Amino acid sequence: MATRIRAILVDDEILARERLADLLQDLAEDFTVEIVAQAGNGLAAIESAAAHPADVMLLDIQMPGMNGLEAARHIAALSNPPAIIFVTAFDEHALQAFELRAVDYLLKPVRLARLREALARIKPLTPEDAAALAPRRTHFSLLERGRIWRVPVAEVLYLRAELRYVTARTRDREYLLDESLVKLEEEFGGAFLRIHRNCLVARGHLEGFQRLVDEGDGHWLALLKDWPERLPVSRRQMHVVREFVKGA
Amino acid sequence: MTKETQIALPDFHNLGILLRAVIAVQVLGLLVALTQAATPLLALELFFRYAAFLEPPLLLVVLILYLAAPWLNAMPPRRAQLVCVAISALGAVFWQALLERPDAADESASLLRPALLGAAAAMLILAWFDWRARRLSPALAEARLQALQARIRPHFLFNSINSVLSLMRSNPARAETALENLAELYRVLMADNRQLSPLGREMELARAYLDLESLRLGERLQVDWRADNAPAEALLPALVLQPLLENAVCHGIEPQPQGGRIGVDIFARDAQLNVVVRNPCHDETPSRPGNRMALSNIRERLALHFDAEARLSVHRVGDEFVVQVVIPLRIRDSRSAREASHGNAH
Repeated sequence: MATRIRAILVDDEILARERLADLLQDLAEDFTVEIVAQAGNGLAAIESAAAHPADVMLLDIQMPGMNGLEAARHIAALSNPPAIIFVTAFDEHALQAFELRAVDYLLKPVRLARLREALARIKPLTPEDAAALAPRRTHFSLLERGRIWRVPVAEVLYLRAELRYVTARTRDREYLLDESLVKLEEEFGGAFLRIHRNCLVARGHLEGFQRLVDEGDGHWLALLKDWPERLPVSRRQMHVVREFVKGA
Repeated sequence: MTKETQIALPDFHNLGILLRAVIAVQVLGLLVALTQAATPLLALELFFRYAAFLEPPLLLVVLILYLAAPWLNAMPPRRAQLVCVAISALGAVFWQALLERPDAADESASLLRPALLGAAAAMLILAWFDWRARRLSPALAEARLQALQARIRPHFLFNSINSVLSLMRSNPARAETALENLAELYRVLMADNRQLSPLGREMELARAYLDLESLRLGERLQVDWRADNAPAEALLPALVLQPLLENAVCHGIEPQPQGGRIGVDIFARDAQLNVVVRNPCHDETPSRPGNRMALSNIRERLALHFDAEARLSVHRVGDEFVVQVVIPLRIRDSRSAREASHGNAH
């Protein structure tokens, strides 16, 4: 009796997806594979994983927009995510990481026997392994009102911790991230500057600092490019102002 | 070309290194003897006389270097090299002074010669060890591997094979064409490409390459060829056009989910051949490494063939990235063209 498997195929090359579909057909004796969705890039992959319950996703690595490694990180954070088998033509760096973490992968061109083996022992990708494979994201992803929002990190002006959440401010709106500011600082250290215990500001959007004197006690405010809000710099983080002046 | 590597000071605790240094000095002695003597036999005799004179200071210097090795290794390599040279010069001077019993009038002049000879021998040998270390260094092996991979383009190769495998079931005729294109492209990529090649041939190769890419990228890759008036017999260095297109695909099309349009203009004007390749460029796409490497490689080869007469320029015009190559127009003369095409028949 063949095992039933629901699969999602992700590759930016249509022919590569067709090839995988052909091979899955050829495995009919062992597996009855139903292809529940296909996607052509990382962002679409996240959406199809959220919209279609599946057992496994065959995920290409090199794709435009968002690559497979980062997509996997977002997918592993979903509730009830599919297991992930990476597929790549040639990527020494990624292969080393897969071996290190015992993450399953297939090399293109994919061989039928290897695909059969991989499907026979599918196992979930842990969020920790996924985070190690893509240590620095290009997008934040969050679920809000049943929809997945993807926020490019480059569009975020600042990140501010409020109670349990972190708010990511873009020019259009605010997003709530379910992550800690400390972890975010670790991940995006070079791109964001800590100006306050509760605030990281994007270096790319930072215009400068302004000194505000009130009742003899002066403190600094961070100015953002084309943005009216002023963000207070805490006394402990005063050194970033000096470093900014030196660097400018 | 490569990053400046650390100067390598030889390991004076290694017997092989010491032996090499000793032999190198003997070889230098032999060379000097050969230039001095009229016949090889006389040279040999002279060499043995030199050897008898050379050996004691040489062994003395080697012994000092052996003992001083830990101290030498701790200093900056440049200074350690200078110290080696100084030790060698002093060793030679010491021996000369011992032999001559310093009562000669022009003592300083007679000691200058051994000092210079000792220093020169040390410098030559250090330079030799340094060259040897560089030649065997892993950084160089790494650079060679990268050059080889740049030629083979594993990512492109495996993805293309994958596409062909996929087509075999659905469209065998298309699979055949794709394999032919792949073979043609790799025959040229693997060949010795130091010759000039006719433009017509280079354009064929470029089309074979683009055909393979459009197999992978489908609708995402659009190409506008404007080469109706291109002189097919004009000569240009082999593999200039195809890498320019590869660059355009790699940076302008692949990173974009919606793809884009590449423009190719080839024309002759004012005794110059112009090749212009444009591709869309977007600020938000992170620029990949390799772009500059491909362009600088082409620039080097253009300079090799045409010196200052060739030009490769890169502009950004609006949201397009434009690479323009201008080389002097050289037309392959028809007789040599005929010979070349008949060459296989003879």
